[in-house]
Amino acid sequence: MRWIWIDKFLEFKSRESAVSLKNVTLAEEHLHDHFPGFPIMPECLIIEAMAQTAGILVGEAKGFKEKVVLAKISKAVFFHFVRPGDQIRFHTKIESIANEAASTTGKVMCGEKLVAEIDLMFSHIDQNLGGKQFPKENFVFTDMFMSLLQGFIKPAEKSV
Amino acid sequence: MAMSREDVYEKVQEVLVDALGVDEEEISEKATLMGDLGAESIDFLDIVFRLEKAFNIKIPREELFPAEALMGNADYVKDGKLTASGMALLREKMPHTDLSQFEKDPDINKIGDLFTVASIVNYVQGKVG
Repeated sequence: MRWIWIDKFLEFKSRESAVSLKNVTLAEEHLHDHFPGFPIMPECLIIEAMAQTAGILVGEAKGFKEKVVLAKISKAVFFHFVRPGDQIRFHTKIESIANEAASTTGKVMCGEKLVAEIDLMFSHIDQNLGGKQFPKENFVFTDMFMSLLQGFIKPAEKSV
Repeated sequence: MAMSREDVYEKVQEVLVDALGVDEEEISEKATLMGDLGAESIDFLDIVFRLEKAFNIKIPREELFPAEALMGNADYVKDGKLTASGMALLREKMPHTDLSQFEKDPDINKIGDLFTVASIVNYVQGKVG
């Protein structure tokens, strides 16, 4: 199992931008402890959800050939809590992309309310300067992850 | 339009404040990116991306920070120090950096110290000046 913190994509513009959506619910058990009597979505998981949204966008830009991992949180500023019952959207765009890495900017919205601004950097780990070797299979973009893009890209494009 | 060195410096300073999360006051011409400003490897790419945007220039891979290409090569590194040919290549690849101090003791562990704020400003000025 792999934890996925977005429910679906709303928009996907290849090599440019994407918008994903998450419904936050009290059925998520961790909210019962974070915090008892005052459940809020942990901010680290909001960052993870943005990283998944932006990471898929960055991965698709190179045909999912690269292993894209989160390398740096350039900025993460939070303005509001995210509570059970909220529907949040992750808007992200690619600012720069090169052979070794990519940078993205993003906003988290709840309705018209700006919840957070999150800018990230991703590394294409097979292109690392240290020349380290990683397993051949692409352990980042598994089937479960890819299913999120159904309807946005043609199945044939996934394996290219 | 050509930019003055002061203009370039100011913009480089902004880039480093954003990329490294340091205060403006921490940045000086002599400050080293790794030693003084705490940059790690991914930060170098972040800085390259931000410089490209800020100055509307293209920075080819390893042109600004070329040291990695030298490190793993036995012709260029011996007993933890750069060889004469390694030094020659570094000089060729980093014309925008003052290597006179480093040449006296070309310890590869000190190679990170070569990347100073001044070396970035000189490099960018060479592109836009």
